[in-house]
Amino acid sequence: MPRLFPVRLALPAEGRRAIAWAGAEAGLNSAGSILQFDNVGLRYGTGAETLSDLSFSLQAGGFYFLTGPSGAGKTSLLKLLYLAQRPTRGLVYLFGEETAGMSRAALPALRRRIGVVFQDFRLVPHLSAFDNVALPLRVRGVSERDIEGTVAEMLDWAGLGHRSSARPATLSGGEQQRVAIARAVVARPELLVADEPTGNVDPEMAARLLNLFDALNKLGTTVVVASHDLHLISRVPRAEILRLDRGQLADPTGALRHPPRRAGS
Amino acid sequence: MRERGKAFAPANRRLLPEGRMTGPMPWVIAIMTLLTVLAAAAGLGLGSAAKALEGGDRITIQIVQADSKRREAETAAVLAALRNMPGIESVKRLEEQEMRRLLEPWLGEGGVQSDIPIPAMIDVELFAGGQQQIAAMAERVRRVAPSARVDDHAQALAPLARLIDALRWLAAGLVLLMAGATAATVVLAARSALDTHRGTIEVLHLMGATDGQVARLFQRRIALDALFGGALGFAGSLLILWLVGERVSAIGSELIGSAGLDPASWALLAFLPLAGVLLAMAVARWTIIRALRRLS
Repeated sequence: MPRLFPVRLALPAEGRRAIAWAGAEAGLNSAGSILQFDNVGLRYGTGAETLSDLSFSLQAGGFYFLTGPSGAGKTSLLKLLYLAQRPTRGLVYLFGEETAGMSRAALPALRRRIGVVFQDFRLVPHLSAFDNVALPLRVRGVSERDIEGTVAEMLDWAGLGHRSSARPATLSGGEQQRVAIARAVVARPELLVADEPTGNVDPEMAARLLNLFDALNKLGTTVVVASHDLHLISRVPRAEILRLDRGQLADPTGALRHPPRRAGS
Repeated sequence: MRERGKAFAPANRRLLPEGRMTGPMPWVIAIMTLLTVLAAAAGLGLGSAAKALEGGDRITIQIVQADSKRREAETAAVLAALRNMPGIESVKRLEEQEMRRLLEPWLGEGGVQSDIPIPAMIDVELFAGGQQQIAAMAERVRRVAPSARVDDHAQALAPLARLIDALRWLAAGLVLLMAGATAATVVLAARSALDTHRGTIEVLHLMGATDGQVARLFQRRIALDALFGGALGFAGSLLILWLVGERVSAIGSELIGSAGLDPASWALLAFLPLAGVLLAMAVARWTIIRALRRLS
């Protein structure tokens, strides 16, 4: 039976320390926000704005669900979060640093603090499941000895220990998604961004994945999950909800329990 | 978990597929290396030949006098006049036997009859820098031997030396052109590899990989291709040079035979494939970094 969570990440005392560390060392602003959008707009090419007038902040150590209908701009918003895109207007502060005008050379250091679960997984096709999960650690230059144990444990937890040498093409959709999630969390990011992370897995696995996100969040990682799944959302009662509609943060509906936190509020 | 330096660990070499000799680049590099080494060998060999020509600080004096008594008297006078001149290393009269041996290929065996007047020939070897003395020498020789002709070897060989010099420049130009073509090949290969692995690069970037880290992956791959192609091309060029050397030896010509390669030249030729690898790595890095900067 695989462990629910890698030992290294599950130390209870470390969780409290991590939260304190997240606030003290992660370059947060005085209000303790890890991310702040200030009148942000995003436009692809010369088309209409995909995102417009977004102003909000996310607190360090918070758990956030991003919901909204298809085409509302959830993936675009997440791209701004994990620095795959820069806004066409407005300011984005991440870990206390303004990223819209940031030099290209400064981006890798910020990106290493973010874990991303892509909607389309984006596994490297010629690498095994093990090597895909090890990727963020290798980018950071972690020693192979450390990688060996951590990645094996992560794959065991994801129920893929026996498939560690399998290439993505030979894995099912659900297995690929679990590899993608393992890859996103293996380096203990300060900010975890997941785009529909449970879309291809059965309810039991979805619950386990959410437990992982929850455990990471309790260790101090700020979690942002884009999801349509209201049942999934209801499993994390403390989570806050951001609802996007036609590129703008919408007022909460009756189905949402918390309004999105606005910048400066 | 301890984090180390910026370079990817050896295990990450497989971040890009490892297949060798899968694209045209190693073969193109092999051909380029072969042609470059041959052009360089030709240039260096011609350099040796040019040196052999330059090294011949010699003049030949012919006493063209039909009357054998006067010929002998003028020859003796010339030998006496030159012996004490500065700048002269040695003065030697060619013996009649040797003269006949030299003429035999032209007139046939027994063609050199004893009644045919053969000019007397005096071979004069000069010290280095003795060229400046030639005009004075010729003047002195003509004073004591009116029928003497002074042939300056350097002057006679000057057109050949100029041709060899031009060929050396041509060889150097070819080496540079080949280096340029190799660089262009690497640029195309690097761009193509970048397009092929764009998805992987994007993922690496989003995980925090720097442009330098990504470029190093491509550099290593291209360096291995260049190393393989370079070794193959160098081996081929050695084979060709050996075959050409065999043919040159068979000719037995002093001038062509002088176009040999000394150990320093061989060392330079052996360095060319390595220089090719270094060039390929530098060009690959430059291309990849430039392309990555345009990505986002």
